[in-house]
Amino acid sequence: MSEQLTIALSKGRIYKETLPLLKHAGIEPLDDPETSRKLILDTNHDDIKLVIIRATDVPTYVQYGAADIGVAGKDVLMEHGGEGLYEPLDLKIAQCKMMIAGPEGATVPEGRLRICTKYVNVARRYFAEQGKQVEIIKLYGSMELGPIVGLSDFIVDLVDTGNTLKANGLAPLEHMAEISSRLIVNKASMKMKHARVKALIDRIGEAVN
Amino acid sequence: MKSDRWLLPEGIEEVLPKQARRLEALRRRLLDMYAGWGYELVMPPMIEYLDSLLTGTGHDLDLQTFKLTDQLTGKLMGLRADMTPQVARIDAHTLKKACPTRLCYIGSVLHTRPDGFAGSRSPIQVGAELYGHSGSESDVEVFRLMLETLRQSGIANLYFDLGHVGIYRHLIEAAGLSPEQQGELFAALQRKAIPEIEQLLGGAAVDKKIAAGLLGLANLNGDENVIDEARRLLGFAGEGVGQALDNLQAVAEQIKRCEPSIPLHFDLAELRGYNYHTGVVFAAYVPGRGQSIAQGGRYDDIGQVFGRARPATGFSTDLKTLIDLGDGEASAPGAIYAPHENETALRETIEQLRRQGERVISALPGDNSDPQQLGCDRKLVRDGKAWQIVTI
Repeated sequence: MSEQLTIALSKGRIYKETLPLLKHAGIEPLDDPETSRKLILDTNHDDIKLVIIRATDVPTYVQYGAADIGVAGKDVLMEHGGEGLYEPLDLKIAQCKMMIAGPEGATVPEGRLRICTKYVNVARRYFAEQGKQVEIIKLYGSMELGPIVGLSDFIVDLVDTGNTLKANGLAPLEHMAEISSRLIVNKASMKMKHARVKALIDRIGEAVN
Repeated sequence: MKSDRWLLPEGIEEVLPKQARRLEALRRRLLDMYAGWGYELVMPPMIEYLDSLLTGTGHDLDLQTFKLTDQLTGKLMGLRADMTPQVARIDAHTLKKACPTRLCYIGSVLHTRPDGFAGSRSPIQVGAELYGHSGSESDVEVFRLMLETLRQSGIANLYFDLGHVGIYRHLIEAAGLSPEQQGELFAALQRKAIPEIEQLLGGAAVDKKIAAGLLGLANLNGDENVIDEARRLLGFAGEGVGQALDNLQAVAEQIKRCEPSIPLHFDLAELRGYNYHTGVVFAAYVPGRGQSIAQGGRYDDIGQVFGRARPATGFSTDLKTLIDLGDGEASAPGAIYAPHENETALRETIEQLRRQGERVISALPGDNSDPQQLGCDRKLVRDGKAWQIVTI
């Protein structure tokens, strides 16, 4: 029986801001993913490994048990649906807002709105709850271009400082959700490796507060 | 010409000889074992009217069910996605026995959406149900039968999760939330999303003690101490919760007595099948699989809509998953090669061997292939007037 514990993280901001939390729990990686090409990082514990993957893949890895624990943005979890996962802890890192944004001073056109976003499920659900039928155009990046080139009326995206919006003549219009990163846990790992997983959650929880 | 005619629909798979052999062997072992426990086999239909197929089961099963129209009546029919409600109907409406009824079943079910790691839409569901007894003893019997099923499949390193939906049910009734709020809270609790649960309860003016109780559920998981912890935390919540905890404890103690070595985990926020479960719920896990491999629990009164409310408890699992995870014998059974010759003595020898349970493959005229390629390890050779078996 393997008592290996695998933690899934994404590169960049989430990785950087998770490190101090892991350190408080006594876990330190032996390599730096920014300089190393390894996808699996060893830690100072033989039985704890970090896997470095794309942010949107973290819930999938954890859902199917390829990783026991992960750190994923609430935006990614909302889009994924969170099925088959526990998300017991708000890590209060990588904080930002999910917003509807559009051209500054624009009026809402009649008929069906077109929305550019990478959060297809979240956007559809959000507008449906408001009784609006919208057409969603899935993009993988640079949403801000959508309204400028006439691809869409509005965009749904994460907003941190708002500078990118402003630089492209867009303004935040509606605040949809507060986003921060969550600790997520595979359901089966929570049951089978309960003592270790729970202890880790508690230690990281201490570091957050 | 289209080149993808061989393509099967997503999540629909065929079982090839090696796997099929193991699968069928396991199917027979399991049915024999259930018979040994006094469970009678029933064979519900593959398709029936949606009304009865989905009764009392909730929205999830509705989404999982393929539907079509009956040209004879204009009514909607469903291809079964779960055999449990069918078996409940058989007990409540057709058999109508007064004594406890033990039924088992095995058969293909179809799901509209791929589920689980393998992404299958065509599992072979196998399970057993016990009707007419409401005590913890019947839950334990069904649990042990599930354990035995997994053992027969050769699956090691099993972990079990126990819960009781009655605890949540009593708390949520006392909380006085709107159906929408209940839905949101339920979803958050299933994800143990503690920050969201706090937010929801804070915004909904729920009695402080009940809110603390509901929030506490998300953390009430671990070893058997969880039950004592729950008694302390939920002591205020009245008789219903106390009885649910007593019931859970009784089941756990009996399981421990029969099976002292299996790892039991408790999770009071585990509400799988909340729509129809009414009491103890349990599931089995193995390392390396992120999802449960077998599950069951109590679902009293599901038969009410079919004319008779009966206590009920049962479990089910997927035979294909069991084959995937189990350690099965992969060795071919071996066979005897018989040459093509029109001779009475040879025909009689072959018939006799087959009656003894041997596999005998008769050669076809013009087929000069190697007997070993046909899976034969022995062959029949002429020995005077008689025929002898020799090893190849």
